[in-house]
Amino acid sequence: MSTLSSSPQPEQQESRWHRFYDSDLVYAFRHSPVAILSALLSLFMIGGALVGPYFVPQDPFDPAALNLMDGMTKPGVPNEFTNNMFLFGTDPQGRDMLSAVVYGTRVSLLVGAASVLFSMVFGVLLGLIAGYYGGKVESIVMRVADVQLSFPAILIALLVFGVARGVIPPAQQESATLFLLIIAIGLSNWAQYARTVRGSTLIEKDREYVQAARVSGRSGLAIMALHILPNVMGPITVIATINLALAIIEEATLSFLGVGMPPTQPSLGTLIRIGQQFLFSGEWWILLFPALTLIVLALAINLLGDWLRDALNPKLR
Amino acid sequence: MFAYALRSLVLGLLVLVAVAFIAFSMFRFVGDPVANMVGQEATLQDRQELSERLGLNDPWPVQFVRFMGNAARGEFGVSYRQGRKVSDLIQERLPATVELAVLSAIFSTVFGVMLGIYAAIHRTGFVSNTIMTLSLVGVSLPTFLIGIGLIYVFAVELRMLPSFGRGDVVKIGWWSTGLLTESGLKSLVMPVLTLGFFQLTLIMRLVRSEMLEAMRTDYVRFARARGISERSIQMRHALRNTLVPVVTIAGLQLGSVIAFAIVTETVFQWPGLGSLFVNAVQFADVPVMAAYLMFVASVFVIVSLVVDLLYFVIDPRLRSQSRLGKAH
Repeated sequence: MSTLSSSPQPEQQESRWHRFYDSDLVYAFRHSPVAILSALLSLFMIGGALVGPYFVPQDPFDPAALNLMDGMTKPGVPNEFTNNMFLFGTDPQGRDMLSAVVYGTRVSLLVGAASVLFSMVFGVLLGLIAGYYGGKVESIVMRVADVQLSFPAILIALLVFGVARGVIPPAQQESATLFLLIIAIGLSNWAQYARTVRGSTLIEKDREYVQAARVSGRSGLAIMALHILPNVMGPITVIATINLALAIIEEATLSFLGVGMPPTQPSLGTLIRIGQQFLFSGEWWILLFPALTLIVLALAINLLGDWLRDALNPKLR
Repeated sequence: MFAYALRSLVLGLLVLVAVAFIAFSMFRFVGDPVANMVGQEATLQDRQELSERLGLNDPWPVQFVRFMGNAARGEFGVSYRQGRKVSDLIQERLPATVELAVLSAIFSTVFGVMLGIYAAIHRTGFVSNTIMTLSLVGVSLPTFLIGIGLIYVFAVELRMLPSFGRGDVVKIGWWSTGLLTESGLKSLVMPVLTLGFFQLTLIMRLVRSEMLEAMRTDYVRFARARGISERSIQMRHALRNTLVPVVTIAGLQLGSVIAFAIVTETVFQWPGLGSLFVNAVQFADVPVMAAYLMFVASVFVIVSLVVDLLYFVIDPRLRSQSRLGKAH
């Protein structure tokens, strides 16, 4: 007995690890090369955006770090004046494109993640309230969501942006752009969450555990937050993953249109907008590397979301 | 059927009133219309006179009704930035956008349906696998990158097509068309491909999955048992039943055609409504933004009305239902 009782701790840990390792989701993950590849790529890009600034050669937006003599260096070829090498080349100001892309990815991911979080919190909240309380609140929220869903997200984001341009004094506009983008993209994507959560809340609220909670005197707020919410989160994670890719593309599109991040603090979209001007003069690398980064980032997250949706949906297996 | 159409019409009008209210609130809360019209030296009295003349001192419901009356006649005042009447700006730019949107809708529907049928019939062939993989890539590619890619290949490297603008246009009344000149047609190719590509992948995937579903149904099995040729089953039995969802999605997608038109027009410097709108957003030009918003909303309402009516043409079940008075 004593030999057995001495080792429950590690054994339990091991079995917990085993249970995790053998769970359906992880099993499906281990057997899907696409999922592993896209997860690795996403992790690499997110990690690069987080710690990359400590490794890249320069701070691309500190004018003191730039040397005009390095300008327009081709990727991987030494500069004719300074003999400096740049893996991704440089732009006319001598800015290292690798550093610019890393900083740009950071901004793109920040805006993408924050706006997804914003629309998720907003949409889940409205969906829970609509599903739980029903009645007039429900019909108003769902009507608005219908209208919102039939209008394209980019149009709504542009409108929010245009209105904000008129309301915020010009001096503060540049510093407010980041928050404006997050709110504009967030507000254009909440309806999907609200719809999904309302649907599952309608099912969950008649289950016995919710009735039990109600009988034991918990408030509506506590029931929604502690009992229903954890049970409707599954589909929400899938939507959030796919929306992250969409939000990153939406941000890039807004910045490309010239209503997003300013050139002093560029995202990938701003870099592509700038790079497009050099397309005709043959400096392809100023455009290519930000564009490739954006494509790989969006594709990897998209594939991961697609896989997650299939893996969590037993009907498709 | 008449009651059904009337119901859709009333719903559409409600949506229009709601959108008009949003546009109207933009006028009230964004910027000061008087400050935008008078000069620096205007006295307080001048300003008060002007706002009296513009009716800005009336209660807001009165102003809203007046705004709707003007909007119904297409009057949205004068652009803050360009100093011209918004209705003139819209009229000048409308043909470019309409030609672009209609051509790309035709392009994406025709090729989307054809490729979708092909991919459904030859489920596992090399060609359909390639088509499906490419379509997945197409969905995650941002529109503006497709446009830039096309410009790089066909304008920079091959020098076959112009990279921006509409080329030479011919005036027919107030409508300007690029369809009658060689340079106008050449200029249309890349914008149409860019705008149509996303739609094409979407329609193709939809047709494919609907076709596959239809091929598994009992009536198809029955048709096979009756010895009807495979081609006839595919085209006359399966395809017809896939049309309802395809028409719905294609119609609803018109919204995103307009949205992607904004992006496409910016990439190709296409002188249409989308680029007008993007400029208006950059400078908080409220009259232009409001007019564009109303324009998009009207397009939405008209299209969803047409889609609703198309159901009756496509789906005989709806017709018999409404005859029995059970439509809703």
